[in-house]
Amino acid sequence: MSALLLRDLRLAFRAGGGFGLGLAFFLIVTVMVPFSVGPNSATLAVIAPGVLWLGALLACLLSLDRLLALDWEDGSLDLLATAPLPLEAVLSVKSLAHWLTTGLPLVLAAPVLGVLLNLPAGGYLWITLSLLIGTPALSVIGTFGAALTVGLKRGGLLLSLLVMPLYVPTLIFGAEAARRGAAGMAVETPLLMLGGITLGAIALLPFASAAVLRVNLR
Amino acid sequence: MSIWEYANPKKFLHTSERVLPSLWVVSAVLILGGLIWGFFFTPDDYRQGSTVKIIYLHVPAALMAINAWFMMLLASLIWVIRRHHVSALAAKAAAPVGIIMTLIALITGAIWGQPMWGTWWAWDPRLTSFLVLFLFYLGYIALWEAIDNPDTAADLTSILCLVGSVFAVLSRYAVNFWNQGLHQGASLSLDKEENVADVFAFPLYTCMAGFILFFIALVLYRTGTEIRARRMKALIARERMSDA
Repeated sequence: MSALLLRDLRLAFRAGGGFGLGLAFFLIVTVMVPFSVGPNSATLAVIAPGVLWLGALLACLLSLDRLLALDWEDGSLDLLATAPLPLEAVLSVKSLAHWLTTGLPLVLAAPVLGVLLNLPAGGYLWITLSLLIGTPALSVIGTFGAALTVGLKRGGLLLSLLVMPLYVPTLIFGAEAARRGAAGMAVETPLLMLGGITLGAIALLPFASAAVLRVNLR
Repeated sequence: MSIWEYANPKKFLHTSERVLPSLWVVSAVLILGGLIWGFFFTPDDYRQGSTVKIIYLHVPAALMAINAWFMMLLASLIWVIRRHHVSALAAKAAAPVGIIMTLIALITGAIWGQPMWGTWWAWDPRLTSFLVLFLFYLGYIALWEAIDNPDTAADLTSILCLVGSVFAVLSRYAVNFWNQGLHQGASLSLDKEENVADVFAFPLYTCMAGFILFFIALVLYRTGTEIRARRMKALIARERMSDA
C-alpha cells in the first residue's frame, strides 16, 4: 500500500502530473472574486468563507478526471485490480494520494487567500479546520465519481454532473461552519456533522467505488 | 405464483398489456375528475384566493417525484441482488417520469410562490432538496445514456442510485440546517388532528390516486418499450450473425 501511495505521489509531483492545477485554479477563483463583486471590504468579509469553500470544491472537481484516467489509459489499473491488494484498499490509497496532492495544498492556501478576501480575524482558524475536516470527503466522493466514469470517452462533464449533487451536504456543513466561525458564533454542530460525513464516506464509499470499478474493468 | 414470475419479460409483457388499458382509463378519469372537481367545484380559500387550486397539481407531482426515486431504489436493489433484467429496465423507465414530476412540482410551486410569497424562488429547505433531487435524476439519466453496454449501464446506474439515495437524504437534513424556511408543513398527514379542510382534501386525494396510477401505467408502458427495444437489438444482431 505504501508503495502505491509513493508511486502516486511521485507521479503527481513530476512534470505533467497536474499537481499545481487545482491550486492554480483555486488562486484564480479567489483572486477574480473581488473583481466581479467589487472591492467593498465589508461585502468581501461576508462572502469570504463561502467563496473559499466553493473555490476549494471546484478545484477538487477539476482534478478528479485525472484521478483514475491516466492509470486506465496505460493499463496499470488492470494490473492493480489483479494485484493481491483488494481493490477497495487500492482506491482508498488513491483517494489519500489525491487528498495529499490536491486537498491538503488547498487547506494550506486557504488562510493566505483569506487575507485577499478580507476574512474576519476569527475566521482563519475555522476556515482551515473546516477545510481540513471536509476535503477528505471531497476526495473520497470524487474517487467514486471517477470510478463510475473511468471507461467513458468524454467522461469529464458527466463526472461533474454526477459528483456535484453528492458534494452538496459536505459543502453546506463546511461552509456553514466556516461562516459561523467567521461571524463569531458556535461552530460545534456543523463541524461535527461535517466530520461525520467525512468519516462515513471514508468508511463506506471505497466499497461502492470498488464495485463500480470492477464493473468498468469487466 | 409469486411476484418473481414477472421477472420473465414475456410474462411481464403479457400481464402488463392486459392491465394497461384499464389503468390508463382509471387514472385519466381520476386525474381529470379530481382537477375539474378541484378547479370548479371548491370554494376559494379566504386568504389565498383561487391560487390555492394549484395544490391539485403540486402535491401529487411532489408525491410522485419522491416515490419514483424510491421505486428506482427498490428496482436497483432487485437488479443488484437478483439480476432480473426487467427490474433494471423498470428503473430506467421510471427516471424520466420522475424528473418530469420533479419539474412540475418545482414550476407549480414557483407559480404559486410568486403571488403568495412574493418570490419565484427561495432557498428554502424543501425547495432546495427538490432541486438537488432534480440534479440526481439528471445525473442518473445521463449515466444511462452515456454507456453502450446495457448490463454495464444497469450495474453502474443501480449503484449510483443506492449511493445517491444516501446523499439525497443527507442533503435533505443538511439544508434543514439553514432555517425552517418559507414552505408550510405537511397539509395532509395521518397522525394529525388538523389537516387541510375536507372540501379541498377530497379532490386532492382523487388527484393523488390518479397520479399514482398514472405513474404505474407510464412505468409499465415504458418498461414494455424498453423490453421490445432490447429484443429488437438482439434480433438485428442475430440477423447480422447469420448473414456473415
